[in-house]
Amino acid sequence: MSSLSSITRATLEKDMRLEWRSKDTINSMLFFALLVVVIFSFAFNPTAEESRAIAGGLVWTAFLFAAVVALNQTWARELRNQVLDAYRVSPAPAVSLFLAKALGNFIFVSILEALMTPLFIVFYNLRALGPAWQLIPVAAFGTWALVVNGTFFAAISIRTRSREIMLPLLLFPISIPALLAMVEATTAILTGEDSAKFWIVLLGVYDLVFTSACLLLFERILHAE
Amino acid sequence: MNYLYAAYAATWLIHVAYLGSIAIRYKRLQRDISNSGKK
Amino acid sequence: MKPAFTIFALLTLCLLSYALYAALVVAPTELTMGDVQRIFYYHVPSAWTAFILFTINFVASVVYLIKRSVKADIVALVSAEVGVVFCTVVLVTGPIWARPVWGIWWTWDIRLTTTLVLWLIYVAYLMLRRFSVGSQTALIAAVLAVFGALDVPLVYFSIWFFRTQHPSPVIGKGGSLDPVMAHVLLINWAAFMCFGFLVCWSRYRLEKVKRDTEETQALEALLEHGAPR
Repeated sequence: MSSLSSITRATLEKDMRLEWRSKDTINSMLFFALLVVVIFSFAFNPTAEESRAIAGGLVWTAFLFAAVVALNQTWARELRNQVLDAYRVSPAPAVSLFLAKALGNFIFVSILEALMTPLFIVFYNLRALGPAWQLIPVAAFGTWALVVNGTFFAAISIRTRSREIMLPLLLFPISIPALLAMVEATTAILTGEDSAKFWIVLLGVYDLVFTSACLLLFERILHAE
Repeated sequence: MNYLYAAYAATWLIHVAYLGSIAIRYKRLQRDISNSGKK
Repeated sequence: MKPAFTIFALLTLCLLSYALYAALVVAPTELTMGDVQRIFYYHVPSAWTAFILFTINFVASVVYLIKRSVKADIVALVSAEVGVVFCTVVLVTGPIWARPVWGIWWTWDIRLTTTLVLWLIYVAYLMLRRFSVGSQTALIAAVLAVFGALDVPLVYFSIWFFRTQHPSPVIGKGGSLDPVMAHVLLINWAAFMCFGFLVCWSRYRLEKVKRDTEETQALEALLEHGAPR
């Protein structure tokens, strides 16, 4: 168990350090999300009332597309430097590599969400009529749902043609329950009309099911390349 | 009434299209086999 | 063609013809919807067949993950493809039925939406198979199939709750079914199951020949150029 967490921590620290130096991923994600927000602003010009009803969908669509940007480059560095081959030969548990990557992506996307949320509030004059604190578990569970499957499918997409399009193609259909939950929960909290509890629980179950599946099956995928 | 026939027709169109694609792929395969046999 | 195949094909044809006759003539006309309701006899059996095929895909994928059996891989591929075909039929006949009866082409009701999401998941599965490069396609596809299958109950529950929060028109019959109608429904289901099996059989044979050919060609190429010393 200790080797698992030390490898995970080491890999995660390495990825964070590399990202901090170049800031490639975070910059491209931010810019992409910003573009999506602006384009949506042209497409819908909502009043404050309408904003609350549609903001959930807009916000999560923007975050989803931006997350794909981060996910697509998850394994790029490893591929370039034959790290995956090294990993296959080493006795290190594959799961630790996966966790490091997934956590790294989770941190990237969370940072993006933290930076973009004030922007959304400003652009759409948002104010939560329901319990705003509930947005935190929604964001946490929801982001993990996207990131855990996304990191896994990014690994699957490595050995395919059109790698970059394969990831969203696989991720989006499977993520539909999670996306629905995120959007509905956010809308419920913003409009204050319904309770987000069911959706938060559903997200929790989704996270549990798919985190287990990813952890159990990642080794097979890694050795399949 | 038209909708009813449209639905039934659409169903069979889809099935026939798929069966057709199987048949075409089969013919192409047979052609490939006979070609490589001639070599 | 094998005689068993031909005989089964002829039987299926008879069954399908009788089922069609039953759907158009034998079944009583529905009170509120009229004759358009008869689409039901094609729409519902197709849905059931599609779900069964997707279940077969899941089982075959698990078998592949455990046993690495090539047969299981081919069954997974075939059941996914034919499942998508039947699913397409459901998604096309649904709106054609909905339009004259309920006045709308589409509604995000639980059955239609779940069917659409299933269709998306399995089309993604087929695309993965097509775009995959390398020898491990079967393994990767099997893993994806497991993910898809795990997703299905979550899809169902999420849409169910969504619909209870935002009720909208429900497409399809509610309440109990007239016994003659139930009988016609089952006949059509049996007919489509046989047809589905026939299609799967054909596709399976195609795939088997294709893989055997590829193997033979690969072997020949190896022998032609001489085995490496």
